[in-house]
Amino acid sequence: MNFTLKIWRQQNRTSKGKFIEYQAINISPDMSFLEMLDAVNRDLTKKSEDNIAFDHDCREGICGSCGLFINGRAHGPQRGVTTCELRMRHFVDGTTITVEPWRSRAFPVIKDLVVDRTAFERIIQAGGYVSVDTGSAPEASSIPVPKANADEAMDAAACIGCGACAAACKNSSPMLFLSAKVSQFALLPQGNAERRIRVQQMVKQMDEDGFGLCSNTYACEVECPKKISVVHIARMNREFLRAKFL
Amino acid sequence: MRAFIDFYNSSVGKKLIVGLTGLLLISYLVIHLFGNLLIFRADGGEAFDTYAEVLPQIVVIRIIEIGLFLLFILHIITAAYTWILNKAARGDAYKIQKKNETSKVTSRTMFLTGSIVFIFLVVHMRQFWFNSRYEATEGYSMFEVVRATFSNPVYGAFYIVAMFLLGFHLKHGFQSACQTFGIRTKNYVSFIDLIGIVVWLLIPLGFASMPLYFLLYF
Ligand code: FES
Repeated sequence: MNFTLKIWRQQNRTSKGKFIEYQAINISPDMSFLEMLDAVNRDLTKKSEDNIAFDHDCREGICGSCGLFINGRAHGPQRGVTTCELRMRHFVDGTTITVEPWRSRAFPVIKDLVVDRTAFERIIQAGGYVSVDTGSAPEASSIPVPKANADEAMDAAACIGCGACAAACKNSSPMLFLSAKVSQFALLPQGNAERRIRVQQMVKQMDEDGFGLCSNTYACEVECPKKISVVHIARMNREFLRAKFL
Repeated sequence: MRAFIDFYNSSVGKKLIVGLTGLLLISYLVIHLFGNLLIFRADGGEAFDTYAEVLPQIVVIRIIEIGLFLLFILHIITAAYTWILNKAARGDAYKIQKKNETSKVTSRTMFLTGSIVFIFLVVHMRQFWFNSRYEATEGYSMFEVVRATFSNPVYGAFYIVAMFLLGFHLKHGFQSACQTFGIRTKNYVSFIDLIGIVVWLLIPLGFASMPLYFLLYF
């Protein structure tokens, strides 16, 4: 397959970026989107040109570092996949593909398609943890957890913190991320002790980072590579209300 | 007070205020609509005129009216403030973003539909509320004013279009408020959507039926 790529190139945080066109030639339909970018970069290396910078690590959809905004969609047009899991067979041969970095004031561009997502780390540091010494793995079933709660907490814990929710949201709100973290702990006995303080501090940090406010468009749910549901946002709102008023 | 300022300053707090005021305003719309339906009584507007005359004489109603003004102001100012914050949160815009594939148009146009409904509200208040309260003369008939206003095709059409947009606004607004209050859980989504139909379809339709009635029959 052959593609024309329009890729956002930006030297550093402060410079003004622009789109530059590249040709991706002889691309196998089984290649992932990142492998296709690797192929383009190999050509650039041969020509001694500056490679296109993009973030990646696991390349199997578990680390959350590879978010790209492809043809106007976070992680491309396919549902429930990260950019590294997206295959080139989902694109029409000979077409033009536009690639942009996540755009959010809280995710400044570092270079080309790489953005600084430490805002998410700060949100986690504000409350996305349980402050007890966990020690070694406890005896199974020593803390009873209803199966339904365990399942839902597990669904929430599937969040890989890739930032697609904030990237796709018209308000640049990371509420799906934040709510997944809040849910994951609120549903389990271990997280119970700190549930009030957790939700308040995480929301406060989100606001300080300059993210927008959720207006329930649910674009995040459509774009989430882990298909996390907006019911977690409803739960997070409940947690917040309860922390403030009960 | 400190606690309230903290609450208002937080993003979720602002959302809760917009949602709560929105839900209260919806409940006002229901009452307003039921009262106005008197206009359809075939008595030459007698019942409607009495209703319009007696209502402002009740002290409780006057107090509720002030509360209503405050609700509107809080709803509008908070929503406008969040809109400004949200614009700023994006920074540089995407060059291509396929929003239609990920969200509904009603959810993305709340500021626009809300603004138009606000303009409608100002015109509407001037026409009916201010008129009857401060410029009424001897023998003033609310029914006659309504009839004259709605028989005017321009005003009638404006009113109907505004109600259409109000429906748009409520379609997203109602379920969004339920989500913000955390009651839109898996088990209740379909129930909320059902009540939502009453809210976004029947209320605006009920209001729009009045200008339609006068346009067609008078
Ligand atoms: S590279 Fe780890 S999720 Fe894509």
